[in-house]
Amino acid sequence: MTNAALDTDLRDLYQDLILDHGKHPRNFRIAKNANHEALGHNPLCGDRLMLYVTVDDDNVVQDVAFQGSGCAISMASASMMTDMLKGKTLAEVGALFDYMHGACTGETVTPAGLAEDDVDRIKALAGVRHYPMRVKCATLAWHTLQAALKNEKKVSTE
Amino acid sequence: MANEAASPVCYAPADELFACAAPRIYMAEQYRKDFPVLDQKIHDHPLVYLDNAASAQKPRMVMDAMTRFMENDYANIHRGVHELSVRATDKYEAVRGTVRRFINAAHDDEIIFVRGATDAINLVAASWGRTFLKAGDEIILTTLEHHANIVPWQMLRDSIGIKLVVVPITPEGDVRIEDVKAAFTSRTKLVSVAHVSNALGTVLPVAEIIKLAHEHNALALIDGCQAVSHMPVDVRGLDADFYVFSGHKLYGPTGSAILYDKREILKQMPPYQGGGDMIASVSFKETTYKEPPHRFEAGTPAITEIIGLGAAIEYVSTIGLNRIARHENELLAYATEKLRAINSLKIIGTTPNKAGIISFTMEGAHPHDIGTILDRQGVAVRAGHHCAQPLMEFLGIAATARASFGLYNTKADVDALVAALRKVQEIFA
Repeated sequence: MTNAALDTDLRDLYQDLILDHGKHPRNFRIAKNANHEALGHNPLCGDRLMLYVTVDDDNVVQDVAFQGSGCAISMASASMMTDMLKGKTLAEVGALFDYMHGACTGETVTPAGLAEDDVDRIKALAGVRHYPMRVKCATLAWHTLQAALKNEKKVSTE
Repeated sequence: MANEAASPVCYAPADELFACAAPRIYMAEQYRKDFPVLDQKIHDHPLVYLDNAASAQKPRMVMDAMTRFMENDYANIHRGVHELSVRATDKYEAVRGTVRRFINAAHDDEIIFVRGATDAINLVAASWGRTFLKAGDEIILTTLEHHANIVPWQMLRDSIGIKLVVVPITPEGDVRIEDVKAAFTSRTKLVSVAHVSNALGTVLPVAEIIKLAHEHNALALIDGCQAVSHMPVDVRGLDADFYVFSGHKLYGPTGSAILYDKREILKQMPPYQGGGDMIASVSFKETTYKEPPHRFEAGTPAITEIIGLGAAIEYVSTIGLNRIARHENELLAYATEKLRAINSLKIIGTTPNKAGIISFTMEGAHPHDIGTILDRQGVAVRAGHHCAQPLMEFLGIAATARASFGLYNTKADVDALVAALRKVQEIFA
């Protein structure tokens, strides 16, 4: 592989957007008053993150925050997810989760009705589909989100 | 060999097992050709295999020995009166002698074939531990142990109430003998430590540790998984009571491993698992067991794999463990120097007492990202906690990237690693 081809290949995974969120995660804090929270853990690589979600009476996400440690992909995914979720209804969150899950495992069709900005971000994260060992890194935050919304305290992915 | 001194091939030092077959110059490039798997491209880059501490690749000779055995001699052992069973039994049992010579044990019957080093430690914990330990007795471990040398003892602790005493390491990754000394009490019954740390590469002062154990009327188990492939091991010289190692890290097949166990201790140990091939006679009223080592080898063992392990030991012995050690130490020194020159990289485990392993972290890049970026350039390293989570916690890190050397690695491999690490720096700049 030439150096240029290598760069293209690696940049498919390590896009600027991902590197930026990995280095400077957004909403990286403890949210004491959140009404949903869960600990996500990947025992295989040691990544762990605590996710805090505040959902109001109208099923709208008011706040999302997280803290944790892990690789660039898992931190970026968590950071981008928190950015995406604020202001969304739980139904919209569900649709986004389904799209994210599909995109990371090879689904190429983009469902209608999603915000363009969200689609771009999920497409960036979906670079992991060519790196089977790294898919779990990208989906950890999202599985943790599901656990939090179901009021399960812990989720472990392997 | 009437005239050994004049033999043109006999250059090697006398302490090598197969001295006369060993060439004078270390030829890593030549040995590399013995390993078919190394001759391939990964993501369009030549494979640079630096994950030997996880498992080493297999030389053609090992595969051939196993294939030949299955093509010509295979049958179940210790059973049949037929020719193949006799041949298979003879070849299987002959490996005990090969292993005995390899680690300088006194007797063939001190060599027990097991399926993995994990199996070996569990055997000692279940058989010796349950027989000789009582509630309140103590076992000394160190912070840097592999989970395989922690969890079996914890299971024993939870079931019979023994106590585990953990000797801390220094920030450089060393185990200091005075810290080990301080861990002994009148209740210490066993010291169980790694010979070489799989995560950091630290070589532990096992001879001194064993001496201390004996002075305190305790026994010593040495986990030699990361040692036997990197240096000559002499269990009698060390006076180890138990010494365990796996075959797959020694260029042999998975499913083959060794428990060395001193004869006088072994004789007092009850069986570990019950089944066929470990009994003298069975009736529903009473069963009597074979003498060691067969008492500890219930069921049909990994016959072909043990044959492969024997071939692997012959292979490394022909090259010579002293020169493999010398070669790998040179590589380690070279790699240490090159990696130190990368300013965002931090070597974890800086003691000079190391063998074959270099663990590191990089600023801004998680070990898994390092692993992925290296892999895309054909360089295979391990990234993670290396089955040593207590050590990672002690060091205050989640994981490291680890390059570990084998007898076929070269300075060019180190250069490829360094070039690949520059790409990590570039991406995470």
